[in-house]
Parts: sequence; structure tokens; C-alpha cells
Amino acid sequence: MSFKELLNSDKFLITAEIGPPKGVDIEPMLSKAMALKGKVDAINITDQQSSVMRLGSLAGCCILKREGMETIFQVTCRDRNRIALQSDLLSAFVLGLENVLCLTGDYVGLGDHPQAKGVFDLDSVSLLQAARQLEQGYDLAGNELTGKPCFCLGATVTPGADPLEPQLIKMDKKIKMGARFIQTQAVFDLCRFKSFMHNARRLNNRVKIMAGILLLTKAKMATYIDKNIPGIVVPPIFIDQLEASPEASTLKTGIEIAGQLIRQIHEEKVCDGVHIMAIGKEEMIPEILASAGF
Amino acid sequence: MIISAQKEFEEILRSLEQETTIFLVGCNGCAEACQTGGEKQILKMLELLEREGKTISGSLIVDFLCDKTLIKVKLKAYEAQIIKADSLLVMTCGIGVQATAAVVDKPVHPACNTINIGGSRGEWRGEERCAECGDCLLDFTGGICPLTACTKGLINGPCGGAANGKCEFEPEVRECGWQLIYERLQKLKQMDKLAIILDPKDYSKMQPPPYLRSTVMWSLEQIAEETPVK
Repeated sequence: MSFKELLNSDKFLITAEIGPPKGVDIEPMLSKAMALKGKVDAINITDQQSSVMRLGSLAGCCILKREGMETIFQVTCRDRNRIALQSDLLSAFVLGLENVLCLTGDYVGLGDHPQAKGVFDLDSVSLLQAARQLEQGYDLAGNELTGKPCFCLGATVTPGADPLEPQLIKMDKKIKMGARFIQTQAVFDLCRFKSFMHNARRLNNRVKIMAGILLLTKAKMATYIDKNIPGIVVPPIFIDQLEASPEASTLKTGIEIAGQLIRQIHEEKVCDGVHIMAIGKEEMIPEILASAGF
Repeated sequence: MIISAQKEFEEILRSLEQETTIFLVGCNGCAEACQTGGEKQILKMLELLEREGKTISGSLIVDFLCDKTLIKVKLKAYEAQIIKADSLLVMTCGIGVQATAAVVDKPVHPACNTINIGGSRGEWRGEERCAECGDCLLDFTGGICPLTACTKGLINGPCGGAANGKCEFEPEVRECGWQLIYERLQKLKQMDKLAIILDPKDYSKMQPPPYLRSTVMWSLEQIAEETPVK
């Protein structure tokens, strides 16, 4: 079943993301993806994640698609104006990619080309609007298209944001603009996430929400994320667990933490699925899934 | 000089839809020169709004609306009329609108689009910044410009990159613009504005229209043909 069809089912959805290479050696990306075949419902290929220049998501998705995998094309508003964004959406469709995750994108100053001009001509809401307009046979300027594309649109949210209200209002805008699935920023504190879900469900109970699961590899990484990444709180218990493990097995502990979170989200039906982010350690995703009982 | 152009009257009227009593503010600086917010334009606006059934509780023209101290002093004398008003309509550039919004606890609506800075930026110090985008959104954002206050210039709400009201990019010096907008809209009881889905901006409005190019100030700022020193 395609990812789009799965969105209409009750299946607990599992997606994972893979960062394309900085360069043209696609072998590692491909082998990491092949290891996920049959284990996840779709693979996101990130779009210049953290504003670091890499191979594009469009090319990455095409390569995976060729190998028979379901992909999610990630599109950010940071690097392209509305002309290029719409053109890339049309390109994706003719190349057989229908799942699109629409994001704002990180600020350029955080990446490896801080000198670059951040574009942000559109934002995540108007990018969804553009995609929807293309589906209706028109571009953003109202010009008629020859042939209509059809997408399965997704968006993101930061469930741990404080205050949460503006995030929820923006998520609602994204849903109104056609987002059918939401992949969230990393979640560690399930109690807090449940309260987010309560609010999100009141807003809309049809959109599929997938909790972001980030693989922690070291106590130092967990502390850094807790202190420096807005909207992510890593409960001290996880940091303690990582600190207590011998150096050689912190990765194993991280996998167990991620597995445990997925298992709990699944068993307690907290949301509709999970989106696994094992940045730089994507080869560990099958182990995370095994640890979660999948 | 800061070049501004008046918004279409229909757009101004839409922004005042929920309100009946309005206080008008003009500027005797650049907006006077652009004929967008001087005495003549204030009187015209007053007439047009009254014709639409609005009550004008008062009006005031400040010499330079980019000078917050001056605005405060001048507005003080009109306190009773401002209290009576539901909102203020400010007929000047984005800096003047933001400066006014920063000193009054009432919704402030922009009557103009700011197109570009001519020879110089505003005459006075202040933290308000205008991107001269030509398509002013201050009406939707509590009088705080999302293009300049938000690092990414987002217009439909915050990204996920803020913590404790600070932007993740240079948190030591950058506030999250959308946190400021959120707080201002809460204070003004205009939270419904946060839910409005704004269309992509029209950047073609950044180009000065022909009528503006015909003003005296515009021609004064054109560089005269240099005569080489012999």
C-alpha cells in the first residue's frame, strides 16, 4: 500500500529520514535505505538539513524510488523563491513522487554557508497553498497549467514549543492548506507530548500525527539538545541512563531509549505513528525498530 | 527620505471593519513630502472615513513619526480623544507605524505601504525596522513588522526555532519576532489576527509607482549629472 493509502488506514505509521550525501557518492545513502525496505512506510530525504549544502532531496527521492521505495520529498522555503518551488513540485510529480513535506527551513546562519541569502519568499503555509493551487490546475499567480499534479502533503510542528498556542494556530493553518500528515520535532517527554496531542486533536482529529523520534548517541549530545535546541526537552532520566552506560555501549542505550519511546507511543495509542531521525546513524534504524518490537 | 504610497482605500476600510471610532495620525516628515500622510491627506481621509460611517475622534500630525519621544509628548495632549477611539490609523512609513504602536495600547493600522528609503533612513533613533516591502502587514501583526522582527521574515506565524522568547540564531541578541507579535496581539485582544492565513507577499509593490516618481522630493533625490572638475 502506498503511504497516501496508509494515511486512510488505521495502521501505526512508521517513517524515517535519511540525509543525502555531501557530494555524489550515493552508495551509503542507498544501502541505509535498502536496509529499511519493508520496515518503514516511507523514507524522507532531507532538504539541506540544518542549512548544510548537500545532494538534493528530489534526486535522493528519485534514486530510492527507482529501487522501489516509498519516499517523502522534503521541501524548504529557505533556498528557493516561489518560481523555483513550484517548478520543483511539478518536477517531483512527473518523476513519480507524490509525498511532499513542506517546511520553512532552518536559518542560513546556522549552516555551512552562513554567507548565503535566506530566501523565505514563501513560508511553510504558503508553500502548502502553492502545492494545493497546482493540484487545482493553477500556479500561484493564477496562470493555468497543462495537466494537474496530485500530491500527498505533509507539514511539521514543534510540540514542545513554549508558548504552544502560536504553534497550534500555525499547525491549524497548515492543515487548512491541505497538510494530511504531520511529522513532529523530536519528542522525549511523553507526558508533555500527550498534552500537545490533546490540544491538537481538539483542533483536528483527522490529520495523521507522527511523533519525531531522535536517536540519542551520547549523554553529551542529549545535554546539548536539551540546552540548545528550542522546543526539545530531554528528561534527566534519559541523560542519566546514557551517562551510566559504559562508553562502548551508549549507542545501544540510545537505541533502547528510542525503542522504548516508540513502543510506549504505539501501545498507548498516543498518536498515529512515529518518524525516526537517526542523524548520521541511519544504519541503526532497523535496530531501533526491533527494540520497539517491530 | 522614506518613500511611502497610500494603500487602496478599500484595503484601509477592510482593516477598520470591526471598528467605528478612529483617531488619525499623520507625519509632517517624509509622508508629507510623499503626499501620503500630510495635512491634505489627513483631511481627505477624515472625509472618506466619515462618509463610510466612521467617527473620527481626533487627528494629529507629528513632525517626525519616527521619533518616539516626540510621538509620546504629542499624543499625551490628545489622550481623551485616543481613549475614545477603537484604533489609530497611521498615515506614514512602517517605522512611524511601529513607533506609534510601541507607545499606545490600542490597535494601530497602517494606511500606507513603505516602498523604499530614498537618500537616508528615518531621522531619529529607534529599534523599529522597516523592510520597505511595499505591502505593509503591520495591521495583522500588532504593529510589529514580521519581516524585520523575525530572522526569517515569516509572515504566517513562528517557526519552531525559538526558546525563552529568543531566536535560535544569535539568541543573545535576537528576540523571536513572533513571540513579540504574539504578546502584543494578546495585549490588544486581537488573537484572531494570528489565525488569518496571509497570501504570499506581492513584491512587485516594492517598485515606486509612476505618480510617486513625479513628486518634488523624488526629483530632488535624483543624482544630477555630475560636472567633471576641470
